[in-house]
Amino acid sequence: MAIERAGAKIVKFYIPLILYLLFLLFPFYWMFNTVFKSDNELYNMNINPLYIHNPTFSNIVTLFKETIFLRWMGNTFFVAITATLIALAASLLAAYAIQRLRFKTSGPTGVAIFLSYLIPQTILFIPLAHIIFKLRLWDSLWSLVLTYPTFLIPFCTWLLMGYFKSIPKEMEECAMIDGASRIRIFRKIILPLCLPGILSAGIFCFTLSWNEYIYALAFISTTAKKTVPIGLVTELVRGDVYHWGPLMAGALCASVPVALVYAFFVEHYVAGLTGALKE
Amino acid sequence: MAKVRLENVCKQFGDVVAVKDFNLSIEDREFIVLVGPSGCGKTTTLRMVAGLETITSGNIYIKERLINRLPPKERDIAMVFQNYALYPHMTVFQNMAFGLEMRKTPKEEVRRRVHEAAEILGIEHLLDRKPKQLSGGQRQRVAVGRAIVRKPEVFLFDEPLSNLDAKLRVQTRVELKKLHERLEATAIYVTHDQVEAMTMGDRIVVMNEGVIQQVGSPLELYNAPKNKFVASFIGSPAMNFFQAELVRLGDVLSVQTPTFRLDLPNSSASDLKDYPEKRVIVGIRPEDLVETGEHVPGRTIEVIVEVIEPIGSETYIDVKAGEIPLIARVGRKTQVKRGQSFVLEPIPERIHLFDVQTEEALLRRRRD
Repeated sequence: MAIERAGAKIVKFYIPLILYLLFLLFPFYWMFNTVFKSDNELYNMNINPLYIHNPTFSNIVTLFKETIFLRWMGNTFFVAITATLIALAASLLAAYAIQRLRFKTSGPTGVAIFLSYLIPQTILFIPLAHIIFKLRLWDSLWSLVLTYPTFLIPFCTWLLMGYFKSIPKEMEECAMIDGASRIRIFRKIILPLCLPGILSAGIFCFTLSWNEYIYALAFISTTAKKTVPIGLVTELVRGDVYHWGPLMAGALCASVPVALVYAFFVEHYVAGLTGALKE
Repeated sequence: MAKVRLENVCKQFGDVVAVKDFNLSIEDREFIVLVGPSGCGKTTTLRMVAGLETITSGNIYIKERLINRLPPKERDIAMVFQNYALYPHMTVFQNMAFGLEMRKTPKEEVRRRVHEAAEILGIEHLLDRKPKQLSGGQRQRVAVGRAIVRKPEVFLFDEPLSNLDAKLRVQTRVELKKLHERLEATAIYVTHDQVEAMTMGDRIVVMNEGVIQQVGSPLELYNAPKNKFVASFIGSPAMNFFQAELVRLGDVLSVQTPTFRLDLPNSSASDLKDYPEKRVIVGIRPEDLVETGEHVPGRTIEVIVEVIEPIGSETYIDVKAGEIPLIARVGRKTQVKRGQSFVLEPIPERIHLFDVQTEEALLRRRRD
């Protein structure tokens, strides 16, 4: 019986899980694989492509020597962190107000914010470009810092609204009787309790900003001001020549910070998304 | 001087009337209990006193000061919530000190008062713990502690015991009552549990559908309920009710059902001298039905035993008198068997009559 059950678990659980993992991780493997191959090996169709025959660091060296990759990393960090902070500050206040202050239009406001999230970026960037131009922010990192929150805030607000909902109202009422003002309650009770929610919203904002492509492509043209995704694609694809090695080296280096952030906060992230407030 | 006074207080949520024309004067140091089924408006009333709910109309005074528009923090009250509402990220000490710190009490004073309150409640050893490390009973104490450190004018309790298990509830009930006497404070206490209300309240306010049904001491409500709702709500098991006809035979007034007749005492006859209706609702408490030997028409009821419920200290028996189901409380040594026929004698002075339409009590009953 026990063996049968274990067998059933392998068939029903582990085999599908492994297949799914292979499917998900293969692109990463391919990226990793490409980084450490020379061009000769990469384009040689007669050898097994899944295996690195003569590992080399030349692609990474090329990336750092021939492009200003570190500068792009710095730009991306600056944009992602600043946009995340702006988005968090705005969504925290918005979500709290909609969820707890219960003003007349709080319901419709919540829906309106959500609807704005549904407008595709590919449509939104045209009017945004116009605004950015008028603000004389064209070709400046601030253009990205200010436009990223347009898609970050709606999602964060909804995520945090769900989180605020899970905090018992009585806790705030009790604090109110205890003599705390709204701002005090927000700072001393709500913020500490929502830390997991804030963290997950923050991680979400950070990765979205880190990977953003369209706005960065549309609003930035100077090489030194590019973010990683744009920099790599515009500088390492020359005409119709793809420099796969350095390209993949860039992708690998750029995914390290995101992977670290996730690994570090993964527990909070899950707790935040499921809205589980531990008492 | 009344400590808390509610004058014609009404609360509406949209079209729903939650509390209707509520009038009550609560004396200094009084322990008043609001009791009623869920949705009767008792918690809403409490929240209006706390300032967590606005008042649709009417006035509320604390120490003769109109507080309708004052925010909760300026009303000098403390509230204990049903789910305790402890701040999970703070230690017990920080939880209890929060209210004092918000009022800019000096640090040394905060420490002294928190320790003083913790000592009263026997939770001094828990001051460094977080709420999640505490048992239900301990959390409840912390919630009470948080209320008493501030030494407010009025304590508000919103079903503070309903999250505790039965045994702990009885124990905490006694402790809260002792605490109230020790602190000499005024308290408004909301519960849906009539036993809690009876044991704790100096006076009880029975509410139903947003309206006060009766205000009185526990025994007053038990002995002289003003209407059928109060009669059925107070007392456990609930009072027996059945419809009967009023019959006058010479000087004697009786209630008559198809199967039996009960003669009422003279005082009842004079109470009903001018009563025009023919039919009434008769109410008899299970404990007022006495097991007796011989059937005497007009004084006793012959019944068949259907179910026997021994609970140790006493035994309840579900019986039927013809079509009328009754519950009687008999001694634990009763010999009755299921299916057996049997004679019960109601105490005549303790028979209640209610109007069929208004359900108001028709007889004057001793209050004590």
